[in-house]
Amino acid sequence: MPELVLTVEGQPLRVPAGISVLAALQGAAHWSLRRSLSGQRRGALCGMGTCFECRARVDGVLVRTCLIPVQPGMTVELLE
Amino acid sequence: MTALETDLLIIGAGPAGLSAALSAAQGGAAVLLADLGPGPGGQIWRGAKASDGGESGTLLRGVQRQPNITALYGAQVALSERGPQGGHAVQFSTPQGPRRVLAQKIILASGATERFLPFPGWTLPGVVGAGGLQAMVKSGLDVRGARVLVAGSGPLLLAVAAGMRAAGAEVVGVAEQASPTRLLGFGLAAQRGGKVGEAAKLLWALRGVPYWPATYPVEASGGERLTQVELGGLTRRTLECDWLAAGFGLVPDTRLAALFGCALEGGAVKVGAWQQTSQPGIYAAGELTGIGGVDKARLEGSMAGYTATGQVERLRDLPTQLEQARHFQASLSRSFALRPSLRTLPAAGTLICRCEDVPHAALQACPSWTEAKLQTRCGMGTCQGRVCGPAAETLYGWTFTGVRPPLLPLPLADLLGE
Ligand SMILES: Cc1cc2nc3c(=O)[nH]c(=O)nc-3n(C[C@H](O)[C@H](O)[C@H](O)COP(=O)(O)OP(=O)(O)OC[C@H]3O[C@@H](n4cnc5c(N)ncnc54)[C@H](O)[C@@H]3O)c2cc1C
Ligand code: FES
Repeated sequence: MPELVLTVEGQPLRVPAGISVLAALQGAAHWSLRRSLSGQRRGALCGMGTCFECRARVDGVLVRTCLIPVQPGMTVELLE
Repeated sequence: MTALETDLLIIGAGPAGLSAALSAAQGGAAVLLADLGPGPGGQIWRGAKASDGGESGTLLRGVQRQPNITALYGAQVALSERGPQGGHAVQFSTPQGPRRVLAQKIILASGATERFLPFPGWTLPGVVGAGGLQAMVKSGLDVRGARVLVAGSGPLLLAVAAGMRAAGAEVVGVAEQASPTRLLGFGLAAQRGGKVGEAAKLLWALRGVPYWPATYPVEASGGERLTQVELGGLTRRTLECDWLAAGFGLVPDTRLAALFGCALEGGAVKVGAWQQTSQPGIYAAGELTGIGGVDKARLEGSMAGYTATGQVERLRDLPTQLEQARHFQASLSRSFALRPSLRTLPAAGTLICRCEDVPHAALQACPSWTEAKLQTRCGMGTCQGRVCGPAAETLYGWTFTGVRPPLLPLPLADLLGE
């Protein structure tokens, strides 16, 4: 499986090509991706673009990470 | 922004949309196939490739070989209006910015979403959908050695449990809320529907995994993420696990259809014998016309693809096959009807709306969706009621009435973009 490197929260992360940004985050034990309005931890729920719980900034743009495949050199910042 | 022009726009590239594209293209029509995901396959065949074996590979190769099918991925419908020369003008939001499509006819094939039911602790990281966990694993989540508890309702739970085992997870059990009698009824219907082989394969894949009927999660707990789940109902026990994959059946995704003004019936898009909706030139196929699984989705897709492009001579025995698939669909919804006691799972403080953090107690005090929205902002957050809508339907008997364009929060630049 070919691999690629992206930057997650300022750290380089090597992941298999072809996976989603969400899977890359989960692989690096980022289970909690954001805080809810009342400050609770939240992680991905639906895996298919419905719940918006997996959103994060990818190259500066707010996206649903479960819908975006990883690309070499991508920068991912959590909302946490 | 230059517009893409096509005879037929198909929205959704799952089994229904792919089958529709292939049938339509066989008659020579120009087809544009759009999906918000990064590739074709929909839910069941997420991440599938044309080089794969089996049904999905054959269909994908067929679609690839048709020069008159163009695919547009990462594209989610945002707005739709009448086209300048009749037909429809549909605006998609894509990572590269907005795309405008002019189409004479449209087939909607947007599939289904999962129904999530709230119980204490369901918002903890590690509590995910059943199909949701399946989707995450197909997209690269590594569950090797992880302990997974599958819960909720429907035949999907078995497919997910088998999928998790194949991916190397330890499936600690499957909790199905339906009663043993109802399940027996489903087993008999599956037998009549010729699904014995499929069922035998699943059962073999799941040998040794406990299956608890009339059982459901009553509480999930943990610190930063899930560590433990308490089950209630017929089998009461507390289990240690890393993932709770909980889904309470599927709900037709009718948002797109509502945006196009198509009539709904019983929570699904209403279609006629040729898959036509109440709107001229718009057809619907697959889960959004009623949950029935991949066979029904493929048959309806082919039907819509042929009829939308005037190839009625190619239908042959499709209507008869569809009739059988719909019988099976009816037995599915009878057998896996949700038990009323699930409505008592949320505690007063359990959040129902995850986007706006609205608790059960605040919603119990509301007489309707409209009131709930006004008083609590339930369903008005980022997901626009996609998660709490089906939950509130089960909990409070409310019908979600909230689809207003745009279908997703668009960056301002997309809306203004020319
Ligand atoms: C999360 C989940 C996982 C599932 N996993 C399995 C499984 O493992 N095995 C199984 O047998 N069944 C599974 N199912 C059941 C599944 O519904 C059917 O098996 C089958 O995939 C239905 O085919 P379809 O073409 O009707 O819809 P789908 O396969 O759901 O395809 C619909 C497509 O439409 C796209 N779409 C929706 N809205 C828009 C929009 N606004 N703009 C653009 N595109 C849009 C979606 O991205 C999707 O690709 C799953 C269902 C869900 C919800
Ligand atoms: S996990 Fe739900 S939108 Fe990504």
